Amino acid sequence: MRDRLPALVKDAALTALVAAALGLFIVGFKTRDAGQGLFFDYQLVDLAVAVATIFFGRLGLQLASLGLKWPSFALGAALGLIGAAPLELPSTFLHWFVVIAGVLIILRTIWPWANAALATARHSQRGRAFGQRGAKWFGAILLAAAVLMPFTSFADQKTMDLAVLILTYVMLGWGLNIVVGLAGLLDLGYVAFYAVGAYSYALLSTQYGLNFWMVLPLAGMFAAAFGLVLGFPVLRLRGDYLAIVTMGFGEIIRLVLLNWVDLSNGPAGIGGIPGPTLFGAVFAETAPAGKQTFAEMVGIPFTSNQRLIYLYYIILLLALVTNFFTQRVRRLPVGRAWEALREDETACKALGINPTNTKLTAFAVGAMFAGFAGSFFAAKQRFISPESFTFIESAIILSIVVLGGMGSQIGVVLAAVLLIGLPEWFRDLGAYRMIVFGLAMVLIMVFRPRGLIAHREPSVRLHPARASP
Amino acid sequence: MTDGTTAPLIEVEHLTMRFGGLVAVDDVSFAGRPREITAIIGPNGAGKTTVFNCITGFYKPTVGRLTLRGEPDYLLERMLGHEVGQKAKVARTFQNIRLFPGMTVLENLLVAQHNKLMRASGMSVFGLLGLKRYRAAEAAAIDKARQWLERIGLVADADRPAGELPYGAQRRLEIARAMCTDPRLLCLDEPAAGLNPRESSELNELLVSIRDLDGVGVLLIEHDMSVVMRISDHVVVLDYGRKIAEGNPEAVRNDPAVIRAYLGTDDGEADA
Repeated sequence: MRDRLPALVKDAALTALVAAALGLFIVGFKTRDAGQGLFFDYQLVDLAVAVATIFFGRLGLQLASLGLKWPSFALGAALGLIGAAPLELPSTFLHWFVVIAGVLIILRTIWPWANAALATARHSQRGRAFGQRGAKWFGAILLAAAVLMPFTSFADQKTMDLAVLILTYVMLGWGLNIVVGLAGLLDLGYVAFYAVGAYSYALLSTQYGLNFWMVLPLAGMFAAAFGLVLGFPVLRLRGDYLAIVTMGFGEIIRLVLLNWVDLSNGPAGIGGIPGPTLFGAVFAETAPAGKQTFAEMVGIPFTSNQRLIYLYYIILLLALVTNFFTQRVRRLPVGRAWEALREDETACKALGINPTNTKLTAFAVGAMFAGFAGSFFAAKQRFISPESFTFIESAIILSIVVLGGMGSQIGVVLAAVLLIGLPEWFRDLGAYRMIVFGLAMVLIMVFRPRGLIAHREPSVRLHPARASP
Repeated sequence: MTDGTTAPLIEVEHLTMRFGGLVAVDDVSFAGRPREITAIIGPNGAGKTTVFNCITGFYKPTVGRLTLRGEPDYLLERMLGHEVGQKAKVARTFQNIRLFPGMTVLENLLVAQHNKLMRASGMSVFGLLGLKRYRAAEAAAIDKARQWLERIGLVADADRPAGELPYGAQRRLEIARAMCTDPRLLCLDEPAAGLNPRESSELNELLVSIRDLDGVGVLLIEHDMSVVMRISDHVVVLDYGRKIAEGNPEAVRNDPAVIRAYLGTDDGEADA
């Protein structure tokens, strides 16, 4: 310890020096417009506190990585206390900065212990049984919570809106999970099929007056057909090349929608899309001629929340259908062939499996669910334009799948809540919320490089008795 | 089991494979019979694996005809890669093991029965509905997989990911997986590579049982001469892409051309 100390201090000092050099111009000065010219405000105390925190933070992390638990723990605790103490630091942000540094050091210190303890628990017989039961219960509880959610007291308009948004992404994540997680085809243009579904419903409902439930299967079929048409030429490509081509396809669809004004009304978008109906009843305060509202049909007073609750149950149902389908198909020859294709395409060919057809089915099925989700999106928003189908949407859906753990259904739910829910919840944080978003992604990838839930449950067992004692 | 008594299963006629200017296989002809193990041997780079890749549909031969005899005959060189396995029933293993490492041992054996199960599941429709017909077919497939697991001694490991198995077990599993496709011809690319002597003799027994019990024709590429000499019925020797000798193991072992190819000496000194 003692002989290493000079090297550690030197390293920490060097880090602090770099931070000081970078921070001098970012944190150290602030220009102020005082009416008769610009003045400098010096914030050197801020800078000094930040640099000192970085010095001790680096020192703590180094100590922790050397396995010196107590010194690093003490350092982390000290930083946390200093940050939490009612000192006269120049800004609340600095308080947070110091506290977070302390917490991170403590986390880093106990990480190896916690990891080892978890690993032994996971490999013990009891731990494994608990894990399997827990996973089953966790899913059931989550489902019950989702079904009962609209009747709880905190289901106000904001929460319900957010819940519908999250569920949309859960469904999209589950759909893409078939393509990326099971079949291993990296699809960066998934939003294209989402757009096809949305425009199918928007056009068929506004032009031909078809209702939501009639268009839903059609939209899925259109999207699947687009999946086949795109998939046929490109699925001979693998990995990165496939990703680039699908990304291009996603952009092409958006550009076509933007420029084919006769069909899609171009950048102005399509408005006045009717919402989904329930046995012909609409969700509005007053019904259009020849129809009745839901409130009249059931005989309850109208509230604006009814429409949201109905939308919530539709997307919950659609998402559950997607999940049920995936769970089921994973146990079928087709699903196993998808996974086998992800693992080794050459071996599949040697076993007489037609790789092109197998990939095409995965691609088309994934596209179909995006089509369902797309027509739901159009019915919910009542206005769509090409703006909603940019590349960033594809990227977010893919991040949900990757962060959740490729192929894991419950992982997709957790990742969707994390990636869609948290940024919306923390909208008050303003610009910082995107930093938190990025930080969360980095942390997940550092600590769980194979996603939140990396465990793969076999599709079939020869010894089921041994699995659940 | 001597040459020429039974009708051949696979006939390779004038097979030539060129990669640009390189002639990997040059006018090679031989035949493999059902219920026989035909070994293809030769020094490194002799073109053995290229012959295999042509037979199993991974390469399209430049010249030559590959016929799998049966009802009807299949011209392998005209078939798409996966059709060779699907229709002509030619199965293979790889020099560097190619299992599905993330899937369990049992799942590996079920994927091998894909085409049969796919028909039973009515292209997935019956399966999605959970009909009895599909469930019966799946139970039969699992039963077949269990029989193979018993033969290769991996029943206890059935629910483990295949990638976690020790090397020798992975080799055996790959052979069992190929056998689960109900092949008529089984092509094994160096199955004994990296095995210790005990595993190697277990492999011999497995291959002999595949020949005698399952009645499958086996093509075998092998460097381990103890395997080749003990179990093969017929040996084809390649060197620099040409066939230099053919016959039963004893005859091939004493063939001066073979000794020359392996030891690289002149005629007079080739008495090793």
